Amino acid sequence: MSRGDSKTLASRRKAEVKKLLRQLGQKVYEDLEKETFPEVTLASRSVSNIVYDERLKQYVLGPSKTRRSAHNIKHIRSFTQLIWLASFVNKLVETSKTSTLRDVFYSSQAYGVDFSDQSESDEIITDLEVLLSKAREDFNVYPEERSAIFGDLTIEYTVPGYEGRRLNLASHPDGYLIGPSLSTAEFVDTSAEMVIAVEKGGLFTRFVEENVHKRYKALIVDTAGQPPRSTRYMLKRLNTELKLPVYILADGDVYGEHIAMVIVSGSVGAAHLHDLTVPDAKWIGVWGTDIVKYRLPSDPLSEIDIKRIYELKKDPRYAKGIWQRELDMFLKIKRKSELEAFAKYGLTTIVDKYLPEKLQEAKSL
Amino acid sequence: MSKRQTIFKEISPSEFFYRNRDLAGFSNPSRALYAATRELVENALDACETACILPDIFVRITSATIDGTLADPKPYTLKVQDNGPGVEPKYVPDAFARIFYGSKFQLKQSRGMFGMGATMAILYGQVTTNKPVLVTTSVDGEKAYTFEMMVNIHDNTPLVLNRTVKPANGKTGLSVQLTLEGDYSRSGSKIQEYFKQTALVTPYANILFIDPNGRLFFYSRATDKMPKPAKETLPHPLGIDIEALRRLLKESKEPTLKKFLSKNFHRVGDNIAEDFLKFAGLDAEADPKRLSNDEITRFVSALHSYKNFLPPDARCLSPLGEELLAAGIEKELQPEFLAVIQRPPSAYSGFPFIVEVGLAYGGKGVEQGLKLLRFANRIPLLYDEANDISWKVVNEEIDWKRYNIPQDAPLTIITHVCSTKVPYKTVGKEYLADRPELERELKNGVREVLRRLGTYLSRKNTLAFAKKKMNIYEKYLPLIARFSADLIGATKLPNYKKLLKKSVEETAENFEEPIVEVENKPIENKVVKLEQRRLEDFSQ
Repeated sequence: MSRGDSKTLASRRKAEVKKLLRQLGQKVYEDLEKETFPEVTLASRSVSNIVYDERLKQYVLGPSKTRRSAHNIKHIRSFTQLIWLASFVNKLVETSKTSTLRDVFYSSQAYGVDFSDQSESDEIITDLEVLLSKAREDFNVYPEERSAIFGDLTIEYTVPGYEGRRLNLASHPDGYLIGPSLSTAEFVDTSAEMVIAVEKGGLFTRFVEENVHKRYKALIVDTAGQPPRSTRYMLKRLNTELKLPVYILADGDVYGEHIAMVIVSGSVGAAHLHDLTVPDAKWIGVWGTDIVKYRLPSDPLSEIDIKRIYELKKDPRYAKGIWQRELDMFLKIKRKSELEAFAKYGLTTIVDKYLPEKLQEAKSL
Repeated sequence: MSKRQTIFKEISPSEFFYRNRDLAGFSNPSRALYAATRELVENALDACETACILPDIFVRITSATIDGTLADPKPYTLKVQDNGPGVEPKYVPDAFARIFYGSKFQLKQSRGMFGMGATMAILYGQVTTNKPVLVTTSVDGEKAYTFEMMVNIHDNTPLVLNRTVKPANGKTGLSVQLTLEGDYSRSGSKIQEYFKQTALVTPYANILFIDPNGRLFFYSRATDKMPKPAKETLPHPLGIDIEALRRLLKESKEPTLKKFLSKNFHRVGDNIAEDFLKFAGLDAEADPKRLSNDEITRFVSALHSYKNFLPPDARCLSPLGEELLAAGIEKELQPEFLAVIQRPPSAYSGFPFIVEVGLAYGGKGVEQGLKLLRFANRIPLLYDEANDISWKVVNEEIDWKRYNIPQDAPLTIITHVCSTKVPYKTVGKEYLADRPELERELKNGVREVLRRLGTYLSRKNTLAFAKKKMNIYEKYLPLIARFSADLIGATKLPNYKKLLKKSVEETAENFEEPIVEVENKPIENKVVKLEQRRLEDFSQ
């Protein structure tokens, strides 16, 4: 890996966001000077405009656009909010400060742009993402939810006050929060050869205790359920910048399978963002076939589970390979198992027996 | 001799009406108190209007028992006093203590039909409480005569118990005080509603009402203008039946049928008389007194089938007029918007009528939802609303969707029908029959006022929308300017004010008239304390 590359990447991203924000401001400013009502055009996020892209293997926004004009009194409020948000995140980027979604909601109140609730301000944040084709993390807005990472990876902070400071992510056994400072840190050095993303904090701790990071030369990531975008972005960076393969372990049910799918090919809700996916990440378990093969303790599927399976069976992302095969398997056995089910055969069975077998199997995927 | 006297000679009219008091609205103590109040007030208003005097009406209902806590029904004393021309003392006994004696057996618009309502009230009071009626009258303002009387029901003759004379202190008018069994706890709200509606349709009257609980309701005069009094007219040929014709023929002084027709009928001249008689196959030169029964029958059926009679003219009617109706609505309802329309005169079966329709929308005095106020010859009709033709028109004949009026809009519709003969369905004078001619005029009237309201509302909406739009621009454009300046680090705001000014002008151009606020007058309290002097004016 090259240190110089990642540094250029981070600062290049920042410069790009600043340029886009400035262009937006310039256009609005000039429109007002010219006595015309300013407007923006952004890709429509309506359900009918969310389409599956075979090439990218993810959902993307289709060709239809919406125009938001200050002339339309139904739009002018959200237009104002959008321009306010642009000026707000512009300051964040310039001063290298970060903000949460909730912060944004409260900050607006000081400027006379009243969001009626946080969901409204979250919507506008998504609008700005769509307009600039940038993730909110690129303009320093982060969600509250955080997941963790552990393993031999040395990073160097870029956040103010910590610039140049380094840290090895194996220094603390509880792992490190994947927050704004870690997301923007640069990768310096690693001995890891793979990334293992697990769905649950409990299993994450077990992996640390059982020295998975040493035994398998792995970085361990806790996705804490459906991974937040900062975590997906981290996985993406580890995959592309450090060229590490990513393996995913989740509960043996339709929701676990979907966690893996979102890491691989993104979510419908982020159809406007294209660099959050890890297309070659591998879902290694727990599969429906594993439940049978390893004779895992299991629970019957609920009606909701079954309904969800039928929904996903129609989803183009699930059309092929193990994705469709395992959905059919869950339907066939009508059972589901959690990761903890391996404990029936001893607490370390999952690390000693299951993990190596599945990693081996993954090579053929 | 009247037709009815001939038919009912076996019993006296007093007795007949006492036995059939339900017909006249005296069916129970609650209804009776309401009906008695109404009959006396209507007589008082009629008397003032006939003499072109601005009415000052004083009404008081008090408990007639010493123990005021006695439960209803119980005896009440009702007093109604007016400032009208009074009644000549010599006519008082017959006018008030005898059925079918009155001033209203004529063809012109008035509230009462035969003047028997007051006598009915007196009769009812007498049989329920055995108390005499007190009638005080002054025609010259010098002497006031007070009669204490009862009705001899069996003979239909007045019985004067006492007669006194006092100085009248320059005041003319009539006062009637009677005691009757009533039920104010049940009828109070109807009586109050009656006064409120009467005040609406009589905006030129002062009406003071004190109820048995001592509450005082004062409806003050809003205008000094009175409607033009109705002129008496001859009967229209279409409204004549066999008995009426027989009577007219009998009293005829004309030598020939042609002259008889042109002298005794409304809008019939020599030409029409001659043409009609030819049509009827009757001899124009025949002696009116010598017509045979067959000829009379032929005469009447020809009257009803002949097509060339002129429609009755409306001079015998006294509609309120758009100005007075509007004044009444304004005074009692203080609406945000009102519309009034007087339809052109029309006629049914030879009786002329005029329909007036008013509409009040919004404001503090108009209740939420649709309310209908019905009037006939300036009488509020408070009962049996759902049987009334106006109800049918408003609820079944109007296509409300056409007018863009919200369903729960605060809306009151006022219908006023005036006619020489209002087509009541019952003697109780509560609701009007379905006459196609009447229905048509009501429908057209209601449509017209609704159309005007629709126009007003759509204009108000457009104005409200334009105003809202400007407010929104004014709020957000400065913010957009500031944020865009922030975004590019400019110290000077972009010149958004020109854009704001431009859009104000554009919006204003879309409206021919300037943007005006709808004036909303404050509502006065209707129950007011009167000055002492005012009260003195009312009492003798």
